[in-house]
Amino acid sequence: MIRLKKNIAISDTGFVFDPSTGESFNVNETGMQMISFLKEGKTPEEITALITQEYNIDPLSFEKYFQDFMEMLKQFNLLTEKKEV
Amino acid sequence: MNKKKLILAATGLNNTDNPGPGIPVIRSIKESGKYDLRVIGLAYETLEPGIYMHDLVDKVYQVPYPSEGSSALMERIAYIREREKIDVLIPNFDAELFSFMKAEKKLEELGIRTFLPTLQQLEERHKSNLDAFGRKYGVNVPKSKSLTSLAEIPKLRNEFDYPIMVKGKFYDAYVAYNEEQVQMHFNKISAKWGLPVIIQEFVRGTEVNVIALGDGKGNTIGAVPMRKQYITDKGKAWGGITLENPDMLALTDKIIRGTKWRGGMELELIRTPENKLYVIEINPRIPAWVYLAVGAGQNLPVALVELALGNAVKPFESYEVGKIFVRYSWDMIIDLKDFEAISMKGEI
Amino acid sequence: MEKKPFERPLIKRLNAGMPGKFGIHSHIEPLREIDGVLVKDLIAEHGSPLYVLSESALRRTFREAYQTFSTRYPRVQFAWSYKTNYLNAVCNVFHQEGAWAEVVSGFEYEKALQNGVPGSQIIFNGPDKQEKDLRLAIKNGSLIHIDHFDELYMLLELAGQGTGTPKVAIRVNMDTGIYPRWDRFGFNYENGEAWEALNRILLSEKLELVGLHTHIGTYILTADAYRAAAAKLASLATGIEKKYGKVIQYIDLGGGFASKNTLKGAYVPGTDAAPSFEEYADAISSALIKSEIKPDNLPLLILETGRAMVDDAGYLLGTVLANKRLADGRRATIADIGVNLLFTSFWYQHEVLPAQDVSQHTEETTLYGPLCMNIDVIREAIDFPLLKKGDHLVIKRIGAYNMTQWLQFINYRPRVVMIDEAGKPHVIREREDLVHLIRLEKVPEHLQSPKQKKQ
Repeated sequence: MIRLKKNIAISDTGFVFDPSTGESFNVNETGMQMISFLKEGKTPEEITALITQEYNIDPLSFEKYFQDFMEMLKQFNLLTEKKEV
Repeated sequence: MNKKKLILAATGLNNTDNPGPGIPVIRSIKESGKYDLRVIGLAYETLEPGIYMHDLVDKVYQVPYPSEGSSALMERIAYIREREKIDVLIPNFDAELFSFMKAEKKLEELGIRTFLPTLQQLEERHKSNLDAFGRKYGVNVPKSKSLTSLAEIPKLRNEFDYPIMVKGKFYDAYVAYNEEQVQMHFNKISAKWGLPVIIQEFVRGTEVNVIALGDGKGNTIGAVPMRKQYITDKGKAWGGITLENPDMLALTDKIIRGTKWRGGMELELIRTPENKLYVIEINPRIPAWVYLAVGAGQNLPVALVELALGNAVKPFESYEVGKIFVRYSWDMIIDLKDFEAISMKGEI
Repeated sequence: MEKKPFERPLIKRLNAGMPGKFGIHSHIEPLREIDGVLVKDLIAEHGSPLYVLSESALRRTFREAYQTFSTRYPRVQFAWSYKTNYLNAVCNVFHQEGAWAEVVSGFEYEKALQNGVPGSQIIFNGPDKQEKDLRLAIKNGSLIHIDHFDELYMLLELAGQGTGTPKVAIRVNMDTGIYPRWDRFGFNYENGEAWEALNRILLSEKLELVGLHTHIGTYILTADAYRAAAAKLASLATGIEKKYGKVIQYIDLGGGFASKNTLKGAYVPGTDAAPSFEEYADAISSALIKSEIKPDNLPLLILETGRAMVDDAGYLLGTVLANKRLADGRRATIADIGVNLLFTSFWYQHEVLPAQDVSQHTEETTLYGPLCMNIDVIREAIDFPLLKKGDHLVIKRIGAYNMTQWLQFINYRPRVVMIDEAGKPHVIREREDLVHLIRLEKVPEHLQSPKQKKQ
């Protein structure tokens, strides 16, 4: 299963740090929430439910932004396919 | 303590292998001991070393690049001004001077003083205008010509002896020994900096430099001549020595008197074997090697601050000859938290 | 509980070299309304994309320019440069403000006449004047600015044919210290060609020499180039007076003042780089006043300012069609504004603003138009807020050249609306439709479909 790399650090300013590559990033509010959810190991369905509950967006519209965001995480090498223990 | 309180803002904190003058300027003012000083650093990029030199810089704010325009810059300065009552601001980059000059009045309304050359002074000393500058102020400049097309290259033979210098409008300079090389450099330079491309007579000799400060009324407040002793591959001085040279000082006085130069400047000169001095370039700001002048007895940054504050400044009368500066690099250790702060909040 | 507004999640890599846009609070302020009319209402009523012109801005700019020049020089006349924007409503705003017409073709000449401009107030420029155009211009007493010797000789020929004495000026090209040098138009100053043409005119006694004209280039960022141009024309004028005892009635310095748009590759934005009317006016008027022209003979100063007069008054409104991610991860936004509607996007970095509230978050975005052609790029890289499909955007400063150089391509050209000084929008050019577009087409009988045959 695709997951966020385990050791990704995120601070409450939206500063994201990947200790394994030394890269740093910033995220907006929704990006920060999604990274937190991913860190907690939530499934896409759970994340969709949580976001659409809190924000003014329907699940279908959210799906494309979700995909896009995951694509960027992949692009930035922040995801891993290995099952982490 | 009855020291004068001063809040100083400065840019050019990029103390890299192509250093900006910000840190040496701040150091000069701080070490003078003249002020109860608070230093506000203005940074463009997040890894400018000066951002992390907490013993020299009390607080750093990121500012928008000059290419964003003076209104974006002023919006940011106004934000900073609400938090810091800046008395004097010293810009240290060529590229930002235009924006700060355009904003001079607005800065003054905010109570922020600067001491900058005028737009006319900035324009006149431009590389492509150097010929006219030489004629107007009666100083030697290399013969130069602006080229706008390749077709003009063969005709250069009638006017110049090879080798010649091929220069871009803003940056870049190459020596060309024949037409083919001029053509090659022309193509390269015009693609990068646009037209015209400037052809300059190649003046043989030794490069020497002067740092100077003009009071805007034609007086030279201070001037120190220097020869680079060691030059990096980027062409930057890594060591230099102050010279005793009345010709160079006389030339500096002549230029400052003629232009009524206001603010700091650096003259790049060539001394020919016949002992003639040619002006190659005039940089409209304090150079990064300013601390050598301070070490030799002329604290020009402090004089500039005083001029900006509207105080009368007595011209320096002497400096120590044979003082040497040697630059060195130094690795600082920085916490990720500091990098996060400047990256995320734009303040540290 | 009320749900929070959603912004799409965003992650950006922090580069050491990159200024943190987050950090510096550079906030993009949306442009929600133009002269009090909401962008979303304009689009709802007139469709998207949509050109919008502000009548107040047109008049304000004209008055500012006129006042700036007329307070520095005693006699000033503006002529509206038709090619910059020849929609009749725009031309007539300037004509009401007192501008003459400056045209460069038979078509533009007809348009100026139709707009009620007296023939004597039409300046006829350019290398393309047909014989029939010249005959008309001579008859109407228009000011013919000669571009080349072939035209000069044609005029000498026509002058003998009884339609009246042509009123002429010559266009002069010269070195004013700027690049490129426009030496393809008119007669050269430095090599004496201009004097040759003047001698030919004055010795012929068939043409009435009324003025001298130059147009040194376009988007000129140094006011000093105009000082040089004015001084050179003035020296021609004094030379003519000395040699022929003839007083030149006007000096026409053409156009070329920069607008506040930013040229591609420029380091400093146009809002900082473009000289003000004051700077141009100071340069020109001081050169003329300081010249050797006798104070009593100071010529009328004509200006053909186009771009700087109309650019700021024009807006192009559009709508986001889609967002996508390019192969390398870059963000791309597709809007319904193509380069065929925004010709100036080839040389300007146009300012593009959202028309609704946005957060401070931005992402480097490539802004594409809707055409299925690779060149259809409005901005290669713009730090842009996170707009969604259906959101509106506004491109500023598009009043010059776009409504004349536009191409009908793939789709109809949209409506053009002018908002009057009371804030009321008027349609000044309809959206094209199929009937309009095929009106000039003819299909040979053997190529007609059965349906076309029936019609």
